[in-house]
Amino acid sequence: MSYAINLTVNGERSDIELDDPRVTLLDLLRERLHLAGTKKGCDRGQCGACTVLVDGRRINSCLTLAVSCDGADVLTIEGVARSDILDPVQAAFVAHDALQCGFCTPGQIMSAIGLIREARAGDNPERVREGMSGNLCRCGAYPGIVDAVLEAQKTITAAGQRRSA
Amino acid sequence: MKSFEYVRPATIAEAVAAAAAPSATYLAAGTNLLDLMKGNIARPERLVDITRLKGLDRIEQLADGGIRIGALVRNADLAHDQSFARAYPAVAEALLSGASAQLRNAATVGGNLMQRTRCAYFYDTASACNKRQPGSGCDARGGENRLHAILGWSDTCIATHPSDFCVPLVALDAVAEIEGRNGKREIALEALHRLPDDTPERDSALEPGDLITAVRLPADARGFAMHSRYLKVRERTSYAFALVSAAAALRVEQGTIMDARLALGGVAAKPWRAREAEKILAGAQPNATTFGQVATAALAKAKPSGDNAFKIELALRIIVRALTLAAAGTPERLAALPASPFSPLPGVLQHA
Repeated sequence: MSYAINLTVNGERSDIELDDPRVTLLDLLRERLHLAGTKKGCDRGQCGACTVLVDGRRINSCLTLAVSCDGADVLTIEGVARSDILDPVQAAFVAHDALQCGFCTPGQIMSAIGLIREARAGDNPERVREGMSGNLCRCGAYPGIVDAVLEAQKTITAAGQRRSA
Repeated sequence: MKSFEYVRPATIAEAVAAAAAPSATYLAAGTNLLDLMKGNIARPERLVDITRLKGLDRIEQLADGGIRIGALVRNADLAHDQSFARAYPAVAEALLSGASAQLRNAATVGGNLMQRTRCAYFYDTASACNKRQPGSGCDARGGENRLHAILGWSDTCIATHPSDFCVPLVALDAVAEIEGRNGKREIALEALHRLPDDTPERDSALEPGDLITAVRLPADARGFAMHSRYLKVRERTSYAFALVSAAAALRVEQGTIMDARLALGGVAAKPWRAREAEKILAGAQPNATTFGQVATAALAKAKPSGDNAFKIELALRIIVRALTLAAAGTPERLAALPASPFSPLPGVLQHA
């Protein structure tokens, strides 16, 4: 039996035919939509490499069935930059050298975007560390990651204030 | 992962009918279920997706002063609901001490209650496990068992219930609202999860098709808002299950404890309400002597199930610390590290 779902991925709506209900959102993105930026680390919800935003919230795409996402709006790392202009979180990761091998980076960046949208960590490094604890980095780039998230948070907040002024 | 049929019912009645079939199971966020299915520990033939059922995602104040939390409310949404967190701070703190931000964004109230143990032998299909395969034995008994139960365990199973959320809920007399094949009913949360006895394969009192639709807290639960804490010791400070945790809630009037609630997590196959210990607190002064007696009473029946005698001592100390923190008062803002006994500042105790 096949299952028809509708998904908006990085702003583009599409009808998708799933021939198997076992397909996770992660596998759908990587294997069928060829958006391989979202990474498969543990595939069990422990490492956070597969983090994407679904309806604006960060989740583990490896523990989400694609068929259950019918109608959802998904944002992946491929949809974050605007043409050649990096998202402030991406720019901050570059500026703070917040990676070594880079495998966890798409998940880190999506998680950081989610964290900043949630607006609960503020400029407190301990709250950022706690809020990012679902993303593991085996290279140990954590100090750079925390610095990058704090700076991106500041940039985004300041831009928001300028817009509303 | 074994293949399955996927159905998405539009009403609760349809969902119950679909899930009452043998080997059918409910799917909400799937944060635990998918993990179990990927490991071939859960092999359902039908998944009944309840995420589109109407009306189960609300937090409702009830006319009698209680509160009803719909089964599909996400863990993060409940913990960050300001009026909920102010009225039931230990529940919010417990929620935020569990899992990661990504998982809390997805995981539901009902799913949190129904999650399975994280015993490594339950997860390893090459090991004997009476919970996974009734009658096969328990490899945890002679294995790596420093994380296992110290209360209510049996020779057949020494697994613990992993939920943080359920610990303060049990302390506050929460009730699960259920809809099943024979209509609606309620089960006190304390009676929802089962001790293993001779049937560890049965985690809960639910029957096939039973759907948890809501969790309700009674009116008097908010009377503890000024003095409520959840404290959790884990092997890393974030994103780990409890070694031992405690929810402590006090109602204090003019320096005397009028009423008290105490429950433990990580110690048994169910969230463990310490009723005998609560009796000692009622009418007592909140001080170290009282709290020490309370802790001793709460652990009176504890015994190690393996290399975990340290968890008894740890539980004694966690109880004293949780009660001390609760007596000092619920903090205005939750600490950066929810439920942690450690201060983010090296060398500084969380309480003084």
